[in-house]
Formats: sequence, structure tokens, C-alpha cells
Amino acid sequence: MRITCPHCGERDRREFYYRGAAVDLERPAPDAGEEAWDNFVYLRDNPAGVTRDLWYHEGGCGAWIVVTRDTVTHEVLKTELASEAKS
Amino acid sequence: MDKLIAKTACAGLLPLTVGSVSVSEEDVGAITSVSPLKGQKKALSDALKAAHGMAYPAANRATGKSGARAVWLGHSHAMLIGPEPDASLEKHAAVVDQSDAWAVVRLEGDRAEQVLARLVPVDLRSGHFKRGHTVRSLLFHMTASITRVGENAFQIMVFRSMAETLVHDLKRAMEGVATRG
Amino acid sequence: MRINGKGLIDRSKPVPFVFDGISYSGFEGDTLASALLANEQRLMGRSFKYHRPRGVLTAGSEEPNALMTVGSGPTQEPNVRATMQEIYPGLEARSQNRWPSLNFDLLSLNDLAAPFLGAGFYYKTFMWPKSFWEKVYEPAIRRAAGLGALSGRDNTDKYESAYAFCDLLVIGAGPAGLMAALTAGRAGADVILADESNRMGGRLLAETYEIDGKPGNVWADEVLAELKSMDNVRLMTRTTVAGAYDQGTFAAVERVLHHTERRPNGAPLETYWRIVAKRSVLAAGALERPVAFRDNDRPGIMTAGAVRAYLNRWGVSAGRNVTIFGNTDDIHRTARDLLDAGVHVAAVIDSRHDAPLSKDYQVLRGAQVCGSSGRKGLESITVRRPSGEERIHTDCLAMTGGWNPSVHLTCHMNGRPTWRRDIEAFVPTPGSVPGMSIAGACNGSFSTSACLREGIAAAGEALEGLGLTAPDIALPVAEDASYEITQLWAVPGKGRAWLDFQNDVTVKDVKQAATENFRSVEHMKRYTTQGMATDQGKNSNVAALAILADATGRGIPETGTTTFRPPYSPIAIGAYGAGAEGEGFKPQRFTTSHKASVARNAPMIEAGLWYRPSYFPKTGETTWRESCDREVKQVRDAVGVCDVSTLGKIDIQGPDAGKFLDFVYTNMFSTLKVGRVRYGLMLREDGYVMDDGTTARLGENHYLMTTTTAAAGEVMKHLEFVHQGLCPDLDVSFTSVTEQWAQFAVAGPKSRELLSGLLDQTLDDESWPFMACGQVEVLGVKGRLFRISFSGEHAYEIAVPARYGASLFDILIERAEALGGGLYGMEALNVLRIEKGFITHAEIHGRTTAYDIGMGRMVSQKKDCIGKTMSERPGLEEAGRERLVGLKPIGESRQLLAGAHLYNEEAEPVRTSDQGYITSVCYSPTLETMIGLAFLADGPDREGEVVKMVDHLRGVTTLCEVVNPVFFDPEGGRVRG
Repeated sequence: MRITCPHCGERDRREFYYRGAAVDLERPAPDAGEEAWDNFVYLRDNPAGVTRDLWYHEGGCGAWIVVTRDTVTHEVLKTELASEAKS
Repeated sequence: MDKLIAKTACAGLLPLTVGSVSVSEEDVGAITSVSPLKGQKKALSDALKAAHGMAYPAANRATGKSGARAVWLGHSHAMLIGPEPDASLEKHAAVVDQSDAWAVVRLEGDRAEQVLARLVPVDLRSGHFKRGHTVRSLLFHMTASITRVGENAFQIMVFRSMAETLVHDLKRAMEGVATRG
Repeated sequence: MRINGKGLIDRSKPVPFVFDGISYSGFEGDTLASALLANEQRLMGRSFKYHRPRGVLTAGSEEPNALMTVGSGPTQEPNVRATMQEIYPGLEARSQNRWPSLNFDLLSLNDLAAPFLGAGFYYKTFMWPKSFWEKVYEPAIRRAAGLGALSGRDNTDKYESAYAFCDLLVIGAGPAGLMAALTAGRAGADVILADESNRMGGRLLAETYEIDGKPGNVWADEVLAELKSMDNVRLMTRTTVAGAYDQGTFAAVERVLHHTERRPNGAPLETYWRIVAKRSVLAAGALERPVAFRDNDRPGIMTAGAVRAYLNRWGVSAGRNVTIFGNTDDIHRTARDLLDAGVHVAAVIDSRHDAPLSKDYQVLRGAQVCGSSGRKGLESITVRRPSGEERIHTDCLAMTGGWNPSVHLTCHMNGRPTWRRDIEAFVPTPGSVPGMSIAGACNGSFSTSACLREGIAAAGEALEGLGLTAPDIALPVAEDASYEITQLWAVPGKGRAWLDFQNDVTVKDVKQAATENFRSVEHMKRYTTQGMATDQGKNSNVAALAILADATGRGIPETGTTTFRPPYSPIAIGAYGAGAEGEGFKPQRFTTSHKASVARNAPMIEAGLWYRPSYFPKTGETTWRESCDREVKQVRDAVGVCDVSTLGKIDIQGPDAGKFLDFVYTNMFSTLKVGRVRYGLMLREDGYVMDDGTTARLGENHYLMTTTTAAAGEVMKHLEFVHQGLCPDLDVSFTSVTEQWAQFAVAGPKSRELLSGLLDQTLDDESWPFMACGQVEVLGVKGRLFRISFSGEHAYEIAVPARYGASLFDILIERAEALGGGLYGMEALNVLRIEKGFITHAEIHGRTTAYDIGMGRMVSQKKDCIGKTMSERPGLEEAGRERLVGLKPIGESRQLLAGAHLYNEEAEPVRTSDQGYITSVCYSPTLETMIGLAFLADGPDREGEVVKMVDHLRGVTTLCEVVNPVFFDPEGGRVRG
């Protein structure tokens, strides 16, 4: 698998650390309520199809990257910096 | 009176030549990590130019020349290698002394590219990776900074504590290359 | 039998080699199989299950029978395919799976028991008693089955891994692959052409085709010469592309030194390549299908394509009196090649009723071979015709059931092949592997002309994708025969007709699977083991599923195939693990004091990638405890020195540094005074503790965070995530400075005395109170000093740039020893911290909260922070939670064990009465008892109670008193003193 780092270009998957769903970027306000926090911390979709997840370019530039990819075809549709991604 | 004695990262490990490729430890002078403050990249670049003669490097690039180089190091960092950092930089960047944090070696020889092809998952052939290009990637299982500094020469930096592993891994790859026809 | 004037071997270079202790001679260019056939050695192995005598079936990597062990000692290699092993002087090969010898194998008795050993035999037989599964049945079956064996010693061969990048990877160097590489090469593309053979050319080397009026191999050599002259083309021979993966990544194994005795020191036997290609062309050719008929497995029976390959490429006739059987025109090509070489062709048995006749040899139309005989090799075959059965004497039967395109790589990313009725075979489904074009026989296009044409077309497709212009290239002139085939999977009749030669699976086994309702092809495979041997069914899959389709009344497309997965052909584990042998692939991180510690005989233990000293044995000390106790006492009574450089150190700078730290730590850091250090606790977003450590404020916008050794990388990742992902607007940056500084703890009542004279300033409580930090000069070198303590003693951590680490360490030891102190290692460090109730990752193990470890009040109520909201969930603060306490043994047993569980004194020690568990224990030389840290239900409210520790695993029960976790100096007077 290869992922295009917005800084470094296309790189082997081994340079990246996988975190999980990009939901992690959508941190609720402290008073958003139980359901919002439960969704944020625990509930994840498991789509057969397009998914967005977070990868860290640990063996590279240190950027956190949002990768949009297809879990069925393994196609990587889009990569963007987490610092610039609008969730 | 006690006195502190300096020891380099690869003391006792290098130099090493296998076949037509050699690796030696480089004394590059000061190594300073500079990380631009918000909105200060341009100002930092100007300050670097004024003080040290090179711009802040774009991603995957190194600026300057031997003795005073700025090497891109990551999403928010570059390394000033050579001169002691000018005080003017601190206005625009987080400036951190890293002179002792890295093992710095020079890999040189007509088959140096082949040696790195056994360790680094990035295309470092001269057609794609030219002088002044740099990558952050892995060298076998270590994070590394690799910069082409000559036609057949690379500057490789890994964390100081991993100097032995660096030499071990390079030697192994060099032997693999040297024993090929 | 060697044929004069035939073959591409070098007859001026004879090569001696040894097989089963007997010396043979072949020529340079021979494989083990071709050289043995030239020496008329037909018997090459024994089958897996029935130990039937077997000869070579094929001439390629799909070979199921002729598997041998090459070499001896640590580098001995089992299951080497004789068809792939090139001979060299000194080569020693042995047959496998036979005892005592290949000719006389005792386990061939299994063959007599065959009626009982069919599909499912093991499943049905070795059922009872259950206790026999692991102890009796499995060892016995394993001994009897299996192929070659490893030496059982550490393999001394070296394997390497490497990366390659290209625009276009061409897989296979037959006519299609050569043409594709030539087209792309001329267009200027960066091309890799890989082929599993030692010589490129594919079937052009094995057939007598002409291209542009030249022999095919000559044409191939000319193309190869042009390719070699191109800087943009790399030729990789002896390289099997074994797997296709995501985004144009391919795995390929290069057999670097298997063909030579020369093994220079440090040279790799194999290289595992990871090739990244923007485009690829699959030109992997096709594999010929055997025909299933009674006793079709005798040595001497082989595929017709193999017979031609041995003749044309290696100058070897596989027999002196050859018969040929099949269902395509290939059998006539075989007959002509043999006749031209002067080999007698006894008969050609063509199953097609409309087969062409010949004046040069006898053709039996509409006939089938229905049996064979011969003890250790073929002596005769039985042919069935409408008029009756007839026996024909022969020592070699060349058979063909048609060809299977090598679709394997197109299935590696979940692609399913498509059935083509006209050629009775599966072909790749377009688009199965993104960026891959298919050309030639692997696409079901079997004529030479079609291969060349598709090679050009596939390269054109790839070039278009690469944005390059395809050159004008003329299609070479070559044969363009059509491919006429009638179905011929299995000849009906009694007896065993073999499908999977390697796993001894017969037509009957497949039918039986269907009868027993294993109707899915995946079930049939697992029930019969068809396709599960090292050839992965390359010779049998399609025939087996055709028979299954027939038995279940479905068509072949509906029946479908099993899944082809990587690798295409077997790969040594050593190649996969290249570079990971011996001490492994992990980098080793050494502190600047490493050598000095080793010189003092300290056993080193791994802490993450780091190596740290356990303890420093002194003369006369015979156990680690003696050393550890002494080191602890030295710290409590005098002074100890310990390298703490491995703790993570992160330099944090920027106008928003304080604000950021307030967000990642539970407590406040923006209010910390410059020149002071504060202990901080970090939570995960789910409210549980992630890490702890001290952070120093070095300047207004400048902090230095310390993490635990183990969590350094994780914390850095976390900080970057919180910054980039959650608050990218904050102006703050992080730089790991773990490696920049060599840092030593100097702990104990005499620590100040030790340091005096090393620094440019005097240490006193006013300028250097507890938790002070700042810059100092250490013997003229700029360093840092922190008055912090992990031992509860008056202590400092002193840091200098790493280049001076080794030197400072020596000086600190000398001074410590002069003061009656010395070095201390991890064991003593652990005792010191347990005595003080300080936590490590034994306590913050991922399931404990700040409340649990007694630090609930450290979660500031004045601000938000990572993990705060979730840490306030009622369940995380409810009564009954297991919380940190200290334990002291009070009964007869004085032993405490980490991991042991706690129960009320009178309770039965079972799961339902569990009250908690012990996380850390040590013998405290200070308190002269074992002590432990534990998590106990409502623990802090139960001080003074007695609980029972039970270690079920080690059978230890100890009564303990619940005490405050700070065992020693609870007022903290020593650390300030």
C-alpha cells in the first residue's frame, strides 16, 4: 500500500502509523453531552466502501494525514493534512 | 581538575569501506533545529539568508552548501547544519540545539545508490533524487534524514543512540552490493 | 538421453554433480531435472501421502514431483524444485520423503493401504480418543507425511531485501514480455523486465518457433541485446514476481546464488525485492495441464510442453520410445520435434475425432490413454479406442490437456478470472489489478504472433498511462496457429487417476467430496487437500474443479475457482525475514554510558529499543538482590548515580506553549514559574491515564517535557496529533531532544556534595530548591540541572550534550564512590520508587484513571483538557473501584508477587470475590520487608485492613496489611532537605 503524503509525496505504507477513523478530529465541546462524547470516543462506522482515517507519517515528516480510501478496492482517493482538513 | 572529553556518535565504528562504497563519520559543526513560528516562515527565510546565506528549504530540499546547509526535516522543521545559529533566528523560530542528537555519516561510492536501495523505501536514483534533494524516510527500521550531497555521495543522519545499528545495517547492505558482479 | 545438436546448453562446459550419493555429469545451462533426465534417471521423488515413485512432470516452477534437498548442514535447503535448480560443480542433491532409499521406500506400503486413505480419511479416522489428537495422531501423521526437512540448525545463509522503482514492470520474458519491454524501452520508459528463469525467452527457448525467419531463441537474444544496451531498462533474471499488492507494489524474489557454489562472505543467497511500478504488464505465460487417467503418475509421464522443453532447450529426450496423448495440436508439434531430433515416436493418441493425420507417425484418433504400467517407471500404456483396448510399449508419455493461462497475479487483489469456453480455460478479468495490462498466453492468446502483438499493445496501453508516446514498432512475423481444443479432464475408468500429484489427490477423491456434500470448490479443496501443496494446485486446480462441476451438475464458471494468493511460487521464510535474523531487525539504542556499564558487568535489559543496566554487581555479590539492596542503601545513605537519558525529552516552544500544555496535561502549566519543574499527568481522550512525567519551564515560551522511556514515541505522536488535528491554530512546536542530552540522576543525601565543584555555581536550597531547574555550566560545558527526584531523596538530574555523556558518567562514578555511593541500575531504581509509592507503567497500564492512582485532584477544574470530560463519567469515580494502595505482608508467608490477586481474608479466592491485584513488588532493604503496590477495591478507605494475596499460578498465599502507598518518608522531608 502506498499513501501520498502532502509534504513528502507517495510513500510506502511502512512509513506510516495508522490511528483510526478521522472522527478523532471532531472533538466535541466539553459540555456537548454524553451522546456526543460517546460517539466521539467509541462509536465507529465500519464501511465497505469509502472511509476516512488518520495516518501519521512517523517514518517521514511527522505530519498527521487524513486519508480517504475505499476499503473494498483499496483505492486511495484523497490525502490531506489533518491541520487543514475540514471534517 | 576534571575535564569533560567529547566523543563523536560513531567513534570506534567508522570509517568503513566495502567494495567501492565507503562510509565515514562527518563532523558537520553545529546542528540546529529551526521551526518557524506562525506566519514567520518568510521572515525566517530572510533571516537565514542574511545570517547564513541560505533560504529556508522547501519540502524535500536542502539549501546552502557544504559547511552551511539548511536541510528540510519535517512538516514544521529544518536543520541548520554548520554554523552556530545567529541570534536573529530566534525572533522567527523555535531554535533548538541538536548538535549532539544525530549521528551524521557520509556514504560515498559509485554504488552508494544500490546500497541505499537495500535500506530505504524511496527512489533515490539520481534521475529522481538529485543533489540538493533530501528525504525523511526509514533506513531499514530507523527514521533517517538522507540528503544527496554529491554525484555519488549522501549525507545520512539517524538518532545518535542508533549509530551502531546504522553502521551494522549499512555494512550489511554494502556487502550485499559489493558481492554482486 | 542427450540428443546431439539440440539444446541451448554449453557442451564445452561439462558440470559434475551428485544426486543421492552418485556422481553425474551435465552441462552448463542444465537444470537438475534436465541433467538427470539426460542421465536417464527418471525416478526423482516419492509422493507426499502414498510414497509412490514419481518422476519430473514439468520443466518449470510449477513442478510438483521432483522436489529435492540441496546441500547439507545449516544451509541445507529442502523442497528445491529440480526443474528450477541449475547445476554447478559441487552441487549435491538428495531425494526426499523416502526411507531408506528412493528405490526402496518402506512407507510405500501406504500405497497398498490406499483404498482406506482417500479424501477425508484423516478426518474420519483420527477422531477418538480426543486425548490422542496432539500426543499420538498428529506426531505420527507428521512423521509419515511431509516432504523435505530443515537441518534444525540456525541457517547461516544471508538473505537481503531491497526496493526498486520503475515506470513499467514487465512480468515474464517470453515473446509477449520481450515485445512489451522492447516497446516501452524504445519509448524511453523506465522498465524492469523480470523472469523466473536464468535465461530470458520463455517458450521461445523451449519450442522450435521462428520469428522474422530466425529461430525463436536467436530472435529473443537479439531483443535482449537491445534491451541490455538501454540505460532505462533493467533485466532481472532468476526473479519471480510473486505477489501483486496495492498501489503498484509487487513482491519479487531473486535467486542470487542458488546456481553457484561461490558464496562470498556477506553475499545474499536471495533478494526479496519490493518493486513499485506505475504500470505493469503481465506476460506470465501459461501452464500445461496433465490429463487424469489411471496411473498417470509413473516416472516417464510428463507434460508434452515439458518434453519439448527438455528436447529443445536442454537437448534431452525424455525417452527413447515416446508416446504422446492429448487434445490439442500441441501433441503433433511434440511428435514433429521428436522425430526431427531422431527420437522414435511410438504413437500419437489424439482424443479429438477430427484430429489431423500424419504420414510420419501413427495417429490414433478419438482415442484415450486409460492406464499405464511399469514398476519404478513407465513401461507401457493402455489405449482405449472404440474398437477396444490396446497396450503400447513406451518409456515416455507426453501428455497435454490444454493450457491454463497464468492468471495468478491478477487474483492477488481479489480479482476473479473469467472462463473462456473456446479455450476451456480461465483468463484474467480486465482491471483486476489497477494499472496492469495482460499480454500473450496468460491472456489466453497462445500463438506466437498473438503474443508478440499483445506485447506491443499492452506496452502501448501502459505508455499511454505514463504519458509517453509509443514508438512505431513492426510486428515480427511468426506463426499464428489457431488453438483447437476439446474437453479432456479425466479418462473414465477404474483405479486411481491423479489430479494433484503433490498431495496425492485423485479424481475419485474429488467426486467423493461432492458426494459427501463438499460441493463448494473451497470446501472440496480443504476436504481433499487438492491445491494445498507447494505447487498450490498449478497443475490440478482447473481439472479438479471441472470434475467437481461435472459431479455437482454445474458448469465450470458457476463452480468457480479457489483464490490464488501470494506468493506465486514458494518463498523461503529467510527471504521474507531478510535482515531480521539473529538479534532481529529492531534498531538498538545505546546510551552514552552503555560501554562503561557493560564494562562493569551490568546485565543490560531492554527498555523499548534502549538498553539499560539492571544492576552493577560488585565482587562477592552472588545474586542480583545483593547488588540491588546495596545500591538502594547507597542512595538512601550516601549518593547514587543512574543514567536517565532514555526518558523522552521534548522541547516545546512558542507563544502558545503554556496554553497547549494546559490542554494536554490534567494540571496547569501556564502558571508554572520559569525555572521550575512540575509533575504532570496526561490522559487519553477516554479519561484513562496515558503517561506521566515532569515538565520544566525554561523560558517564558519554552518548556521541556519529560516522558517515560517506554512512552516517548507515543507521547510525541500524541502531542503532534493534538496540535495538528485539534488545535492547529496554536503557535507551538515540538522537537525531540532525547538524543541531544546525556542526563544522569544523582540521588541521595550526598548528591549536593557530589555535584559541588562540577558546576559553575553553588547549590543551596534558596537558589536551587526542590523542583528548581536551570542552565548550569558543567566543567565549562553548557548543561542543565533539575532538582527532581524519583527516589524520594534529595536528588538532581544533570544533563550535558551527549558528546560529553561518557566522560561525565566516569566523573560521576568516581565522585560517587569517593562519597561511599555508586551506580544504581533499574532494579534499585524500581525499589526506590516503590518505597515512595511512585507509579510507572506497571500502574498506569491503560486501565487506570487519575482517581484510581490517587491523583484525582490533579485534574484541574479550571480548564478543559484531553480526557477530562470522559474521566468525569460517574462510573469512573464510583464506589468499589480498584484504587492504588500499598501492601505489606503480615502473616507467615512474606512473599508478594506481581500479578497476584487480592481477596478478603475469609473469602474463597475465586473470580467472583476478586478485590484487586498487585502491580509492583520489591524487597525493601530500607524497611526490611517485601512491599507492593496494588489496586484494591476502595483501597484508600481500607488502610489497616488485612487482605489475602493469592497467586494461583505459583501457589502462593500471603496475608497483607493495606497501607499507604508511600512506604518511606511520607512527609517528604528528605527530598527537600
